[in-house]
Order: sequence, then C-alpha cells, then structure tokens
Amino acid sequence: MGIELSLSNESKHREVMATGRVIPVQSRCVQCGICSFNCPIGIDVRRHAWMGEPIDDSHCLTCGECVWRCPRGALRFERTELFKREEA
Amino acid sequence: MTRYVVVGTGVAGVAAIDTLRSRDCNAEITLVGDDPHGFYSRPGLAYYLTGEIPEKQLTIFTKEDWKPLNSKYVRGNATRLNPQKHQLEIGSAGTLTYDRLLLATGSVAVPSSIPGADMQGVVKLDDFDDARRIVSLARHARSAVVVGGGIIAVELVEGLKALGLKVHYFLRGERYWPNVLDENESRLLEHRLTEDGVIFHFQTETAEILGKNGKVAGIRTTKGETIRCEIVAMGIGVKARMELAKAAGLATERGILTNETMQTSDPDIFAAGDVSQVREALSGQSFMDTLWHPARETGRIAAFNMAGVSKTYKRKVAINVVRLAGVMTTIIGAVGSGIDDDLVSVARGSSETWQQLPNTISMQSNSDVNHLRLMIGEQSLLGAMVMGDQKLSWPLQDLISSNADITSIRHLLHPGAALGQIVMDFWSNLVK
Repeated sequence: MGIELSLSNESKHREVMATGRVIPVQSRCVQCGICSFNCPIGIDVRRHAWMGEPIDDSHCLTCGECVWRCPRGALRFERTELFKREEA
Repeated sequence: MTRYVVVGTGVAGVAAIDTLRSRDCNAEITLVGDDPHGFYSRPGLAYYLTGEIPEKQLTIFTKEDWKPLNSKYVRGNATRLNPQKHQLEIGSAGTLTYDRLLLATGSVAVPSSIPGADMQGVVKLDDFDDARRIVSLARHARSAVVVGGGIIAVELVEGLKALGLKVHYFLRGERYWPNVLDENESRLLEHRLTEDGVIFHFQTETAEILGKNGKVAGIRTTKGETIRCEIVAMGIGVKARMELAKAAGLATERGILTNETMQTSDPDIFAAGDVSQVREALSGQSFMDTLWHPARETGRIAAFNMAGVSKTYKRKVAINVVRLAGVMTTIIGAVGSGIDDDLVSVARGSSETWQQLPNTISMQSNSDVNHLRLMIGEQSLLGAMVMGDQKLSWPLQDLISSNADITSIRHLLHPGAALGQIVMDFWSNLVK
C-alpha cells in the first residue's frame, strides 16, 4: 500500500516536471517571501511574483514546495505551451 | 525635469516610484518615509510571528532591485504640506519642493482608550517594530490576552500561541467576525483555535489593563473577572494616516478623497493605498480597502496620472486569501453584513465591500473543515467564502470578478446540491 502510494506520487511529480511550470498571480501575492525561503534551490520566487512573471528558471524542479507553502494561494501549476491542448 | 515626491514606503509608494521611473527616465523622484525598515511585507509579519519565515525574509527589495528605480530616499516624518507653495516639510530633514506629490501614508492601528493601554506589554501589529516587540516580550511572558476582531486579531492569537504563550481571546459578541463570517464559519474557526489551546471569552469587554511598575500584569473585564497576563494585544481596526492631508486642507472623509485617477482635491496631489478613499464616478460610492493588491494598483494608477498618462482605477472585486486557524480561507466580493462590535473601524487586510451583503440567496456545503458559501444574485455570483479545500477558490475568483452570467446553472444552485461540482463544471466549460 505504502509503496503503491509513493509510486503514484512519484509518477504525478514526474508528470508535473515534464509538463508544467509555476505561475504567480499578483492579485493574491503579498510578498511575504515564504516561497523564496522554502525553495530548495534558492530561486527567488517572490521576485517573479512581484514582476508577474512565470517561474521560467531552467533550474526550477517544479517540486511544488512554493505552491503548497504559499499561505495566500498565489502560486499554481500551469501546463507549458508544449502540453496545452489545442482549442477546438 | 519633473520633481516627484512620494510619501510612504509601503507597497503603494513603491509601486508608484516603479511606475514613475518606467514613464520618465529623467525625472527627480524622492521617496519619503518614517518607517526605519523601509519596504517590507506587512502581511508577512504574521508569518514571522508564527516562525515560518525569519526576520530578514520580510525585506522585499535587494539593493539591486532599488538601483533601476534611481530614486532618492529621505528618511523622516513628513510634518507639513503646503499645496500653494508645492512644498513638503520633513522635520529636521528639510523641505522638498515638488511638481506632483503622492500621499501613500497608509493606515495605523486605532489606539485603545482602555485605562492602562499605555503600559509596556500592550502591543499591536502594524509594522516591523511591533512584530519585533511582540517576539521580544514573549520571551519573558507566559500569558497573553488578545482583544479585537478580523484577520489581524486571529493572526495575533496564532502568533502568540506559536511563541509558546497561553492565549486568551476576548470577544465582545457571541462569535468571531460576525459581519463577514456566518455562524458556521465562525464556529469552525473558534473550534480549531480552541483545539489548539486558545481560551475564548465571549461577550467580554475589557475594563482595565492592570500593571506593575508600568508593565502589564493582567486584565480586568467589565464583569469583574481578572486574568493574569504579561501581554495585551490589540487588533480593533485601523484608521487612515491622513493628518498631513487634513492640515493641508485636502478633502477627507474616512480617508483622503480621490477621484478614479487617484487625484485628490488638489490637482497636483495624489493619494493611494490604505489612506485613499476612491470615489467611483458612476455610482458615486466610495470605498476603503486595506488590502495589499489594491494598494499596489492604486499606487501604479496614481503614478501614471502624475506622469501625464491618463488611467483610471477600476476597482475589482475585493479578494483576500488568508489562513485562519490553520484553515485556508478565500473571501471574495460581498459576503457579510452589519457591524462587528470587536472592531471600531475597518480591519487591516479587509475591505468594506465584504460587509455589503446584497439581496441574495446564500447557501453552504459543509464537511469537517471544507466549507463553501455562495452569494447568488439574479444572474451572477456576487460573493463567495471558500474554507478548507481551495479547488474552487480560483474558479470563483474568475466567475465573480468577470461577473459571469450564471443563468444556465442558476436553477441548479439550491441547498443540498453538489455546489462545488456544479460551479467547477460551469467554470471549466467557460474557460475551455
């Protein structure tokens, strides 16, 4: 059970890594810096949020730490252009 | 060369100098402020108290970030404004002459008039130094009493608890934040805080703060009960810092009155952020927000107009996402009504819009911590409260701010329906 769970998480994680990026939304961000403080590789996520720019840093692991820790729900994953479905 | 002076180092002021510089690379821009810590995240102070971020994380801009703004910084308290001479006096720091001026002086906690409120140990959470003071006092304290309402009071409760104190929370009424939350929502948060060890005292008013050698030693209620504590934290609301504007003869009400270009009654003086009270041309109504994003946006709009680029502030649906008692909570648009006895004015991190309950049907879907309340108008959603699971937070923000026509699902929205799924499906189809 435990192994299945971790495998499922792992595959979900890989999918995000392959298809997504982190997008900040200025209207929710209060620049508290919890995102930057918790980024395991030190990306200044807060600065991206101030500028209203996606986290397009090639070092970003899309680990989700900033997304889950943000107390204002100001960050979310978005599919990258390559994986967006075409409009009907 | 145009001379711009911006008073206030909060987000409205900084957004303004950012915009001014982007419009005019030759202008002389001076930022004036009396907060020794300059520009930092005021909402972040709550997370500093809970220990989620270290103190230095509160500072937003690095030296590198300031460089391209190429502005002069004068630390000092603006003491007098002379609109006729276009001059601003800054105490001993001298006098500045401006062509256009922005007042982004923010808001301050309403001081308590309770006897003993001037003693060491009575705290508020307005600025960086307040947060530092709380952390420092907590090292030598065992108990604290929090008085007030709204988000800031619960942030104080949670912060003091995280600092290891026994926390009592005094409420004048029968429940928490009654003009924004409904009874279920209040009870949910109260229950969570009680589980964490917070002691609620409903229908309780403070008669006097008791002291020893000028330091807080306890608190006495109007019922005659005495509680020992070393800290009394007050969160009874904020008021606009508009003394400068008032003395200069600018039009003021609850804040400095502006039109939708953020221009005050003096054509060369603008106001933005918590201190501004924007009058909407169409409705004639004016509102005050004490929220981060509207402050940034009004600062930006003011700066465009100061630089001669005509732009109007379109007030969006007020939204705040906060964590209350560990529960993620999104408040959008009109959700409550009436007054809150625990607040004497608008609370920090709040909007007057939230207290304007429209003529609507409200309904809720409950589980243990997940809670959804929708305020439904004739053809659109007017407000929503999302607690716990935040899947609907984004879709509802979208639907409410775009005033989406919900006629096609209106008949499905009734008590007992799978509200979450209906809203999610509707939104998904809309954004496809």
